Amino acid sequence: MKSSLYIHTPFCVRKCSYCDFNSSEDPGISLDEYVLLLINELSSEAGRFKVESAPTLYFGGGTPSLLSARQVAAVVQVVREQYGLEKDAEVTLEVNPGTVTPELLEGYLAGGINRLSIGIQSFQDDKLRSLGRIHTSEEAKDAVRMARKAGFRSIGIDLINSLSGQTLQEWATELQEAIALQPDHISAYGLTVEEGTPFGAMAERGELDLPDEETSAAMFELTSSFLRSSGYEQYEISNFALPGCRSRHNQGYWRRGNYLGFGAGAHSFSREQGFGARWENPQQMSDYAETVRRCRPPVAATLLRREAMEEFFFLGLRLLDGVDLDAFKIEFGTHAEEEFPGVIERMTASGLLVRDGGQLWMSAHGLILANRVLCEFL
Amino acid sequence: MSIENIRNFSIIAHIDHGKSTLADRLLEYTGALSDREKQDQFLDKMDLERERGITIKAQTVRLNYTANNGTTYILNLIDTPGHVDFTYEVSRSLAACEGGLLVVDASQGVEAQTLANVYLALDNNLEVFPVLNKIDLPAAEPERVIQEIEDIIGIDAHGAVLASAKEGIGTHEILEEIVSKIPAPKGDPAAPLKALLFDSWYDQYQGVIILVRIFDGILTKGDRIQLMATNSSYEALKVGVFSPVMTEVKSLSAGEVGFVIAGIKDVADAKVGDTVTHVPIQGKKPCAAAFPGFKEVKPMVFSGLYPIDTSQYEQLRDALAKLKLNDSSFSYEPETSIALGFGFRCGFLGLLHMEIIQERLEREFNLDLITTAPTVVYRIHRTDGAMTQIESAARMPEPQFIDYIEEPFILAHIHVPNDYIGTVLALCEEKRGVQREIKFLTQTRVMIIYELPLNEIVLDFYDRLKSISKGYASLDYEHLDFRKSELIRMNILINNETVDALSLIIHRDKAYYRGRDLVKKMKELIPRQMFEVAIQAAIGNKVIARESVKALRKDVLAKCYGGDISRKRKLLEKQKEGKKRMKNVGNVELPQEAFLAILKIED
Repeated sequence: MKSSLYIHTPFCVRKCSYCDFNSSEDPGISLDEYVLLLINELSSEAGRFKVESAPTLYFGGGTPSLLSARQVAAVVQVVREQYGLEKDAEVTLEVNPGTVTPELLEGYLAGGINRLSIGIQSFQDDKLRSLGRIHTSEEAKDAVRMARKAGFRSIGIDLINSLSGQTLQEWATELQEAIALQPDHISAYGLTVEEGTPFGAMAERGELDLPDEETSAAMFELTSSFLRSSGYEQYEISNFALPGCRSRHNQGYWRRGNYLGFGAGAHSFSREQGFGARWENPQQMSDYAETVRRCRPPVAATLLRREAMEEFFFLGLRLLDGVDLDAFKIEFGTHAEEEFPGVIERMTASGLLVRDGGQLWMSAHGLILANRVLCEFL
Repeated sequence: MSIENIRNFSIIAHIDHGKSTLADRLLEYTGALSDREKQDQFLDKMDLERERGITIKAQTVRLNYTANNGTTYILNLIDTPGHVDFTYEVSRSLAACEGGLLVVDASQGVEAQTLANVYLALDNNLEVFPVLNKIDLPAAEPERVIQEIEDIIGIDAHGAVLASAKEGIGTHEILEEIVSKIPAPKGDPAAPLKALLFDSWYDQYQGVIILVRIFDGILTKGDRIQLMATNSSYEALKVGVFSPVMTEVKSLSAGEVGFVIAGIKDVADAKVGDTVTHVPIQGKKPCAAAFPGFKEVKPMVFSGLYPIDTSQYEQLRDALAKLKLNDSSFSYEPETSIALGFGFRCGFLGLLHMEIIQERLEREFNLDLITTAPTVVYRIHRTDGAMTQIESAARMPEPQFIDYIEEPFILAHIHVPNDYIGTVLALCEEKRGVQREIKFLTQTRVMIIYELPLNEIVLDFYDRLKSISKGYASLDYEHLDFRKSELIRMNILINNETVDALSLIIHRDKAYYRGRDLVKKMKELIPRQMFEVAIQAAIGNKVIARESVKALRKDVLAKCYGGDISRKRKLLEKQKEGKKRMKNVGNVELPQEAFLAILKIED
């Protein structure tokens, strides 16, 4: 099979106030032990999955930049040997600016990483502090410069808007600072306050001064218009890239390509059988270690035909290119109009979706109200 | 068993003062409920009753108790519904007893509702003796509460049993008091049969079951009986008692309490308060006169019930029919709304009754409903001299056809600590009340008696009363009469279309600020839509208030990567579920709360 690969590193120096991902300041084992588990998992699963070619490999977290260059290189090596990592594969690693040195970045490049995704989030130190980030704005900028100097040709940065107390003007300044660094890729997310995070608790106590819907909408619109006018293409709701610099790995998620996840709490999706299956490794480190030791892979949930059809739209419409209705017909043997009667007509009539022949995509208005559109396909 | 050894009694208590728990202890102590059968609050059968801690349908049970004096007694515990909406039912249950246990929370003291029931009991010449419950709690103040009972009710409370139903303290003493203090029933088994029907319900397998208290004569299985108010006759197919499970007996004699199954098809034919006697055949004689005090129970509060999903109309109709089987005090008839489609106008005894029915429909029958704001019956006197009763604003004729309108008034007894007299009086005045009396019951508590329009009560009076008195005030009311009043119809327009289901009848003097508050509240309750939604309140063609809900600006999940897909999908599914619970009126989606906005206005 052909599949993208994801490696999860659930370690963090400090957990951010907004983060509800599987990561921890103390997962209970050392990084060395964890890398060993990863390599064991990759090796023992290789025979089961029989991946002939892997177009992308992604180190996500947590904070994968806590891994040493040697540890990363070792994992990449295993993937190359046992998962047919393609020659021109996109190999990304997420970087926390508070963890990097020039030597480390050079080491990553030498070890096979060719794309960095740097979690900057904000260029304002007070915002960074309230987000619980471990770095300053200057350190974040340095990280980008360092990455360039080390020789990375594809660098992405992450930013968050709609932060507590943030004004539209402040967000405009953030965007200007961002493009001044000339990244190849920018992910700009509206803050989602998740339950069970420090922000979630603060929101409940009324301690967050979140921008109102109007301001948050204006930030979303400004992001699109400003980055587009600066030469970036918006290819997904929150993702922008210079031509040719889109994240191949992430596009795979929205196009429902195969991906295999390794490490604690990593998710996988395979379309090898039926309408596809999703599964997830145990989040708890001890449980994860146990499954690796005993070679007991997690149980997969198979998708029903209907669910697969829903995902076709639910995921595909996040991309600005949208979905190909002819491809739907080929995959499911039925017309989308029959499966979702009236929906496409209604959504195009209200200007949220645009259709041209077999291609269907979200309008600018549709993007900002994406949930309303996606709901219709569930 | 000799009539001398029978005791018929009720437990009179405020909600939460522990009536059901005490009933359980009595059942356990007398062995009526073995440990294995033990289920908390045996007498409250429905889940809803258990959750709300109130009794909706009365249950009755026979206990056998061997007292300290060595004699075995039959104790009939006649349970009473515990809410203001069911005053008449309570009075009939009490009429079946010779005595009552007045259960008072040892820390909270006497509440208005308890008081109303105590007076009902005393009116029925019951021997009432007090029990202080929850005596184990640190906040218990038995001395103060005993004094309060004597001051307020005027009965001797110094011998009050100190009990904790939860801990089983005082159960034996209570049983001894029942035997010694409550008189044995009087009655002549040789006289013509005269029995009081004090409860009835529909059983899926047995048909209507009626509960009776025999005052004179003997009712034997197979007898031909007649119900005097409805003037219908039946054969007593089964006669028995609850002990606590249904147990058949050959006959019930004067002084006894039990059930009769007589092939009655409709619970509406077995009216509470009716008199049961023999049909004059086979040498049997009917009694000379029926019991006094029989009343037809009529619904006083009305609201429209509509399925959110129009395809559930049939289901709703069937569900209403099923509920009606067991509850003759509730009424329904088809109603059509331009905004909501096909539904029913339902009548209830009061607000609690309304809420209970709604909850049962949603819970037991899985229906998603829109309930319109409750209203009362108005008498419209037309210019042509005719009088019509309406229970929905949508049916109000055009003003030129109306001579005058009358609305129902109630007599409210509000029981409140001294500190809140001022605020409660202000509230009563605001609600167009007419003061009758203020009674200073003790140094700290007063009883405020007001005549109030029922239409104000069904809106937000009770909630307001609770909130301004920090929960200390309690309310009890009875219906008085109809009075001429300056009432008008106010319409609500959504995006310039009148929504009939939102129309209401209100007093002219209140129209302006009610309208303003109402549209403001609706603005909060209606979620943003894809377009701006205008909300207007109008009288005739005149718009008196306007608000608008701005168009939805942003609704988007920022992230959806490999590890998020299942979770984000669930999130959107939940959002979609929420939309399904809204009613499309024109192209505007209105949540259930918007229809009850009038109830949610805070001042």
